[in-house]
Amino acid sequence: MLKESMKMAWSNIIHNKMRSFLTVLGVLIGVSSIIALITIVQGATGSITSQISSLGADKITIQAMGTRLKQGLNENDLVQLSRVNNVSGVSPTVSGKTSLVYDRNVKTGVSVEGKNEVYFKKESDILARGRGVNILDVNNKNSIAVIGYDLAKELFFGTEPVGQQILINGNTVTLVGVLNESSGSILGSTNNTVIMPYTSAMKTLGVRNITSVDVYMSDANESESITNDLTTILNSAFNYRENTFSVLNMQNIIDVIGNITGMLTLLLAGIASISLLVGGIGIMNMMLVSVTERTTEIGLRKALGAEPAQIQLQFLIESIFISLFGGILGLILGIIIALSAAVIMDFTFTITAWTIILAVGFSAAVGTIFGLAPARKASRLNPIDALRHV
Amino acid sequence: MSEILNMLDIVKCYFLDAEELVVLNKINLKINEGEFVSILGPSGSGKSTLMNIIGCLDVPTSGKYILANNDVEDLDEKELARIRNREIGFVFQSFQLLQRLTALENVELPMIYAGVSPENRHKRAAEILGRVGLADKMNNYPNQLSGGQQQRVAIARSVVTEPTILLADEPTGALDQKTGQQIMQLFKELNDEGRTIIMITHDTNIARYSKRIVNILDGCLNEGAVS
Repeated sequence: MLKESMKMAWSNIIHNKMRSFLTVLGVLIGVSSIIALITIVQGATGSITSQISSLGADKITIQAMGTRLKQGLNENDLVQLSRVNNVSGVSPTVSGKTSLVYDRNVKTGVSVEGKNEVYFKKESDILARGRGVNILDVNNKNSIAVIGYDLAKELFFGTEPVGQQILINGNTVTLVGVLNESSGSILGSTNNTVIMPYTSAMKTLGVRNITSVDVYMSDANESESITNDLTTILNSAFNYRENTFSVLNMQNIIDVIGNITGMLTLLLAGIASISLLVGGIGIMNMMLVSVTERTTEIGLRKALGAEPAQIQLQFLIESIFISLFGGILGLILGIIIALSAAVIMDFTFTITAWTIILAVGFSAAVGTIFGLAPARKASRLNPIDALRHV
Repeated sequence: MSEILNMLDIVKCYFLDAEELVVLNKINLKINEGEFVSILGPSGSGKSTLMNIIGCLDVPTSGKYILANNDVEDLDEKELARIRNREIGFVFQSFQLLQRLTALENVELPMIYAGVSPENRHKRAAEILGRVGLADKMNNYPNQLSGGQQQRVAIARSVVTEPTILLADEPTGALDQKTGQQIMQLFKELNDEGRTIIMITHDTNIARYSKRIVNILDGCLNEGAVS
């Protein structure tokens, strides 16, 4: 009987091609917008998350504002921080802007950063040529530096910078390496920066306190306990004063972004669902017209022995067919839209089985819900009245 | 001959604004297997209501109706549908063929609801269409057939499930006289083959084809002359 009902439903859909097409279109638009929006938001989220991860998902950044008596962290604090469980190393950052002289070129306002050996070990792909800062450079406050890609090109066009001597804020410094070209991130790039051992940088720049430290984790899953341990140390270092430091965990930022985009997905899917609702109303409208048009047919079928349930099934299957058809076409269109968006907005396109199930399930549900009332109406028609209907 | 239809004091009333309208007033009717009965009456006599009750499309207000050993009283919609499918073959004045289906598919319709397998349906429908003289028109759509041919398809549809009663409502009403006579001839032949036929009509000339005429007037039955 189910097969017969399907056959009858299909024949009716084919018979009213234009009307069926328009109704399918209603569902198609709803489903495709849901699929496209969800997929685009998920893709964009993935791209943002991976960008942030590339800044260091395995890194916790400490900013120390300090107190009036202690305006930053000292060597002893760094040692304490590096001893926290699951921490593989700490790298302080000292930064400032100063002048740089090579040959007869004078550049002012050059960004100088002080780092340690841990930084060059962790960010191993940062170096293009030469060597980075090592532990002896830090301990001996060696006057050496690693130069950024653009800066090297500008000052040493055609000659090898490694081994050359430049003046940084009046101090002679030997260049030992060149950095790779940095693609840049939301935190800026290192292309116009000179990196020195942080001890030398403090001396050169006249900085007395370490106010920024990157803590590298050996296990990023332990970020919460590490953050707690770091906070404990920093609290005691700054005498439990408030607002003396901040601990910034990249994983937290990723989590926050995940929350925001999750809400965004829900919101957009909700808005797109409205169009699916309109599509559902379209189905209901079409089915009601169809029932009215075919009143005589329903009467005849009842006279020939069709049970109310069989009439209901026939009309229900018709609306589910229309809706499923729209759902499948909408899925395809939605994927095409999302794929184009992925190419244009440059993110990786991924579609989950969950999305497909959602599209097909949603459209089947719409067909059932909005087809039920017309189908019931058909099944309840009185055969005498229906046969008399002209 | 066995009795296949028995109506005892059938009453049908309609209520219009608290006013009671008696359409059928204590109808008593017995029909035996193999009969060809005409229910003859003018419009407004209650003959359509009687036909609806005989065809189990409607239920009486009171009285007892037994059709092929089924007491039709207190049956629900589903059971009435089954009875219609098994016991009644309808022929309507306006043929009532589905325009989207071929002659063959139209004849197959009642067998779908009887649960006959597709192969058997095709075979049986083709057989019956051959019997009513439309072997070469099986795959035609209703609008490709003349009125007489369409009514033949409808008649084929009504007998294809071998129902207890063939119930025809003004079967020649939409046909010209000559075609009408051919259709009546077909009914006669079907009756000769042993089928029980009940025909509702207002036309005395048509009623003459039957073996027994029952007159209905203002909701009351009178046994008429047998032709």
